[in-house]
Amino acid sequence: MKKMKKSTRTAFLTYLSVILMFAVMYALDSAGMLTRSLSGQLVPICCYMSMAVSLNLTVGILGELSLGHAGFMSVGAFSGVIASMYMKDIIPSVPLRLALTMIVGAALAAVAGVIVGAPVLRLRGDYLAIVTLAFGEIIKDLVNCLLVGYDSKGLHIAMNLTGNMSINDLGLEAGGVAIIKGAQGATSTLTIASFTTGFILVMVTLFVVFNLVNSRAGRAIMALRDNAIAAESVGINITKYKMMAFVTSAALAGAAGALYGVNFSSLQATKFNFNTSILILVFVVLGGLGNLWGSMVAAAALTILPEALRQFSDYRMLVYAIVLILVMLATNNPTLKNMLGRLKPSKKQEKEAAGNV
Amino acid sequence: MKKKFLALVTASALALSLAACGGSSSSAASSAPAASGATSGAAGSSSGTFKLGVIGPLTGENAIYGQAVANGAQIAVDEINAEGGAIQFELKSEDDVADGETSVNAYNNLLDWGMQVLVGPTTTGASVAVAAEAYNDRVFMLTPSASSTDVVSGKDNVFQVCFTDPNQGVGSADYMAENMAGSKIAVIYRNDDPYSQGIHDTFVSEAAEKGLEIVYEGTFTADTATDFSVQLTGAQSAGADTVFLPIYYQPASVILNQANAMGYEPTFFGVDGMDGILTMEGFDPALAEGVMLLTPFSADDTDELTQNFVSAYQAACGDIPNQFAADAYDAVYAVKAALEATGCTSDMDAAAICEAMVAAMPTITVDGLTGQGMTWSSTGEVSKAPMAVVIKDGAYTLP
Repeated sequence: MKKMKKSTRTAFLTYLSVILMFAVMYALDSAGMLTRSLSGQLVPICCYMSMAVSLNLTVGILGELSLGHAGFMSVGAFSGVIASMYMKDIIPSVPLRLALTMIVGAALAAVAGVIVGAPVLRLRGDYLAIVTLAFGEIIKDLVNCLLVGYDSKGLHIAMNLTGNMSINDLGLEAGGVAIIKGAQGATSTLTIASFTTGFILVMVTLFVVFNLVNSRAGRAIMALRDNAIAAESVGINITKYKMMAFVTSAALAGAAGALYGVNFSSLQATKFNFNTSILILVFVVLGGLGNLWGSMVAAAALTILPEALRQFSDYRMLVYAIVLILVMLATNNPTLKNMLGRLKPSKKQEKEAAGNV
Repeated sequence: MKKKFLALVTASALALSLAACGGSSSSAASSAPAASGATSGAAGSSSGTFKLGVIGPLTGENAIYGQAVANGAQIAVDEINAEGGAIQFELKSEDDVADGETSVNAYNNLLDWGMQVLVGPTTTGASVAVAAEAYNDRVFMLTPSASSTDVVSGKDNVFQVCFTDPNQGVGSADYMAENMAGSKIAVIYRNDDPYSQGIHDTFVSEAAEKGLEIVYEGTFTADTATDFSVQLTGAQSAGADTVFLPIYYQPASVILNQANAMGYEPTFFGVDGMDGILTMEGFDPALAEGVMLLTPFSADDTDELTQNFVSAYQAACGDIPNQFAADAYDAVYAVKAALEATGCTSDMDAAAICEAMVAAMPTITVDGLTGQGMTWSSTGEVSKAPMAVVIKDGAYTLP
């Protein structure tokens, strides 16, 4: 144990706790001991965990603010839905189709990440925040114009930019299926997502992020976060490493979005609005910047909380906000921090751990 | 190291707490139907206390619909329970903020409670998401107000009380062709909303068939629903004398306000989403004078059923009920009628009740607030006549 590097140890402990959580929840779910309410949220929780971890890569580890992470989720979700519906007859195996769905979602979100990142990541300052904010809004409007269907001839795609087209203008054959109907979104998706897939998604996300962070590239990324000028002076290509982190983060968000997309039979572009981006940012901030397991715990807790507060009926979102504020205050309370600090052998070790994730 | 250990402890504590709460609630849910089963009467006739679930946006921007549905259903349930017949209902309403994910959560929550029949959800997007779940779980679902055909298509156990979107679009176009022939029509619709887009699409294609002249089409989104000067100026300069608004009442109220301010006075024509505009807070009902809308329900109807409902609703909630409340009221009575036709007892599980009700739905006829002699096809769509009304002196009147 002593010989193992601290970063490796963190990674393995995080994997272990995720596997443990999965095993416990899976067993409980199979035994029918979970409420419907909770077991229905397992897949969205996995998606949000993955979203939070991937956003943490941009915000916590790269140190750039992204306010449009839901935009990447949207790209992944809708491309994933198209892929999964299109492959419905070609690939009968559900696990394989799910995997391909997520790969398609990740690939397209990565492309979107490159498009957004290439011009912006060359700049210094808060430009990424502004551009990603705009990106999220643009994606929403683009999906609202998107008409997609398929029949025996293949996929039909049209952009309803003038506002005068409807799904009938795609010219689908009899028996053709409309996948995305503009503002009505995807309304006939086959729901194929499962908790196991969600777990694999979270594990892959963690694996990718931990390995990136603990690699040479990861150290370069953190170096340029801490001091871009110093990093550049030792020969680190700033744009390249910024792109690496940002595009990885976008791709992982795309995969999470794809799984989310095939978990609900109905999905509208407005779901992935600014509020969703901020919600994911809240997961990251609450869990701690650069702290991956913190992001996951925050994502799970804040997804379950509104449902757990249903007994407050109309006031539940008010209670939710109060709980959120209390948690933020409590985690920053010096007295509480001291109490926690006394549990640890030395402050120094804590600082090391905090900077080392 | 210690910190990571703490993380592990936190994670496992979370797991345990979830497991604990999971265990307790599910046992509560499973014991509930057994308790109500004790009241079930003789076999062959339906009896007992059935658990009805209602889902709708009780909070958020569409709250007026969800509240109306929850209140309307509650009034119907209270009436049925007060009558003391063989069938009694227990009602629970859950909030879904008109969001698909939250709506599925609300649905699961209601199932934990022991729901046997679902009256909801209220909005279209949420209903499509829940309908797929209800279809897989075999839970009978009757939505009062989700109007898209996607809600019912391909699902034998999902039924609607309101008109479908195509029905509304076609109905509006037909009405205009018949009664307002030769008018120049402008359409302003929300192109990121399934409901609005759906009606717009069918309206435009039916209008083309009927030879109606559409001179202007303006769009907006949820984010741009605060200023319509561009669309209104466009409609005005295109010479439109009729403006078709297949949208909800909040943006419509802004449109009416701005049109009034710029002195543009066309005939505004709405659909069922326009319903609710007269009771909107901070809106001057005088602005809605002369607005036409397609609705199956008018609170000013003089028949006894409507008047009783309106007075009961006013006593309970203080407002004049809108069409959504009436749809929900009818939905509860439709569920009652279908249950009577099946001979289900309240100790049966949701899936068994569902199968019986699916078979019974096409056979029943309901005389409700939103139509006389409503019948359902086995595809889930209702058959009833739409009615165009005009707002006069702050109330709906027949034109």
